[in-house]
Amino acid sequence: MANVSLRNVRKTYPGGFEAIKGIEFEIGDGQFCVLVGPSGCGKSTLLRMVAGLETVTSGEVDIGGRVVNEIEPADRDIAMVFQNYALYPHMSVYNNMAYGLRNRGMPKPEIDTRVREAAQTLELAGMLDRKPRQLSGGQRQRVAMGRAIVRQPKVFLFDEPLSNLDAKLRVAMRVEIRKLQRRLKTTSIYVTHDQLEAMTLADILVVMNGGQVEQIGSPLDIYRKPATTFVASFIGAPPMNLIKLGGNEIRAQFAGDSRSAAEAGILGVRPEDLTISGAAATDGGITLNLTVEAIERVGAETFVYGTRARAEKAVSATPGELPEGEVIVRIPGQDAPAIGASIRATASRDKLHLFSANGRNRIDI
Amino acid sequence: MVEHRRWNDILAYAILTFGVFIVVFPVYVALIASTHDAATVVNGNMPMLPGSHTLENYYRAIFVGGSRASREPVGHMLMNSFVMAMGIALGKIVISILSAYAVVYFRFPFRQTAFWIIFVTLMLPVEVRIYPTYKVIADLKMLDTYAGLILPLIASATGTLLFRQFFMTIPDELLEASRIDGAGPFRFFKDTLLPLSVTTMAALFVIQFIYGWNQYLWPLLITTQESMQTIVTGIKKMLTTTDELAEWQLAMATAILAMVPPVAVVVFMQRRFVRGLVETEK
Repeated sequence: MANVSLRNVRKTYPGGFEAIKGIEFEIGDGQFCVLVGPSGCGKSTLLRMVAGLETVTSGEVDIGGRVVNEIEPADRDIAMVFQNYALYPHMSVYNNMAYGLRNRGMPKPEIDTRVREAAQTLELAGMLDRKPRQLSGGQRQRVAMGRAIVRQPKVFLFDEPLSNLDAKLRVAMRVEIRKLQRRLKTTSIYVTHDQLEAMTLADILVVMNGGQVEQIGSPLDIYRKPATTFVASFIGAPPMNLIKLGGNEIRAQFAGDSRSAAEAGILGVRPEDLTISGAAATDGGITLNLTVEAIERVGAETFVYGTRARAEKAVSATPGELPEGEVIVRIPGQDAPAIGASIRATASRDKLHLFSANGRNRIDI
Repeated sequence: MVEHRRWNDILAYAILTFGVFIVVFPVYVALIASTHDAATVVNGNMPMLPGSHTLENYYRAIFVGGSRASREPVGHMLMNSFVMAMGIALGKIVISILSAYAVVYFRFPFRQTAFWIIFVTLMLPVEVRIYPTYKVIADLKMLDTYAGLILPLIASATGTLLFRQFFMTIPDELLEASRIDGAGPFRFFKDTLLPLSVTTMAALFVIQFIYGWNQYLWPLLITTQESMQTIVTGIKKMLTTTDELAEWQLAMATAILAMVPPVAVVVFMQRRFVRGLVETEK
């Protein structure tokens, strides 16, 4: 049980590459923090710095009120779950879990109690004598979790623990991890590039890009009010439509608010906030005239890919970029317009997001 | 695409059989010769079937020694060879696994240099550095000792390279997991690297045992006492006689005896080796 604070943490590699460019945030006791971002954004590096597997160039990593910069990983009271599980291939499941406890000189009966307890929780009780290679991917994953649990550490660190599992198992394990963490109330930091995992697991979501934090907040706050176009396109699937404001016809909608009209350069609207309707938007919302290019039916909903008739281009912000001028509309059910049809998509004013022209600032309407 | 054609198969088998025959026949002759008495072997018409002096020949070879020249019995030479081969094989494994561990897992000044120096010794086999090595061993008063037989042959670049390659295939996460589990460098080595290296060690043991067993020049140089002779040098000495007939039947029995331990090592270790290969998964 501990909070974790990062104070102006930086990491520069010997080659001069700056992987982490000054990160500062705090995770409260028992909270589940998810670091999300595209590959190479520094999220894994940051996690490994908390673990002690990477040195901290400057700044402070604080676990439970103790600055741990110079402390060995084993003495930081953390446990880590690796992407490839990193189980000891020659040890049985039991020994994999017990190894860390033995190294700490814990008495045998207590080790036994803890391991059997963890095995119960993770439904591994019948497999304690097996070797990792005799287990399925999901079971290995659970052993890796078990190894972390038996330690009863202050902090759990997860480094993309689900990315080696197939899609179905991933969803199941995601729920299990969340339930487990709720029950154990252990502060956790979880790294992923999967925005769905990020949204569903996090108490606090940290969106990272290029070694910096783009936005910190609760998942829904971030979804509702993305601070930058990067966050807007990274959180939510399919990504938010981002439309560069060129002509006056959309800008004119906001004429009443001089500040937004003057500064706004990019308009964002989520696919699920667009509706196909016959009438134009009236309440200060926007209307997009689209030609349907493609349809994706996934059962419960349908994605309509259209291009705008007007000349304005949608800006693209990696990742999840939209081809220029393309707009995605997400509609419930399976009824969709025909390909090639002209449709009108509208969104009400409160569903619109405005950003500065460089995409770095959100402008509240 | 390889197609199965009848004549191709027959030709392939014919060539292979011929090859096996060439390799095996001399061994067979040696085996046969070791079962006859001296007169039969030297008269020029080697019989192709076993004779009746098997037990006598082997008994004399192992326990008595040659009748005319004063010569050590083979039993003792086998012991010497065994000690030397085991010493070399085990010593090489210990030295090379430790040096590979240092080169792969530790950052120290001139690490790359150290690795390259080890690598360069590949090009300097015992025969090339034999004079300085002899001088060193002589100065250390290790002539006619097991240490003198073993130590100069222990340094092994091959073993170091083999372990280095193997260590580099072990995922870094395993080291990191060990660090988080509170295992220091020694524990990581003992609890994780050693058990994972068993297969590699078995392979290296087979190769190095045979390498050690077959050493000829080095033992010949530094052993002067009969009691320190190895079997490989012993066979040669049996055949260089000045004014009498070489006891071919004893020499052949000795040769066969000299083959047994390496073959046994291969057969025994191979089973373990294959099992290790099947069981290990990275």
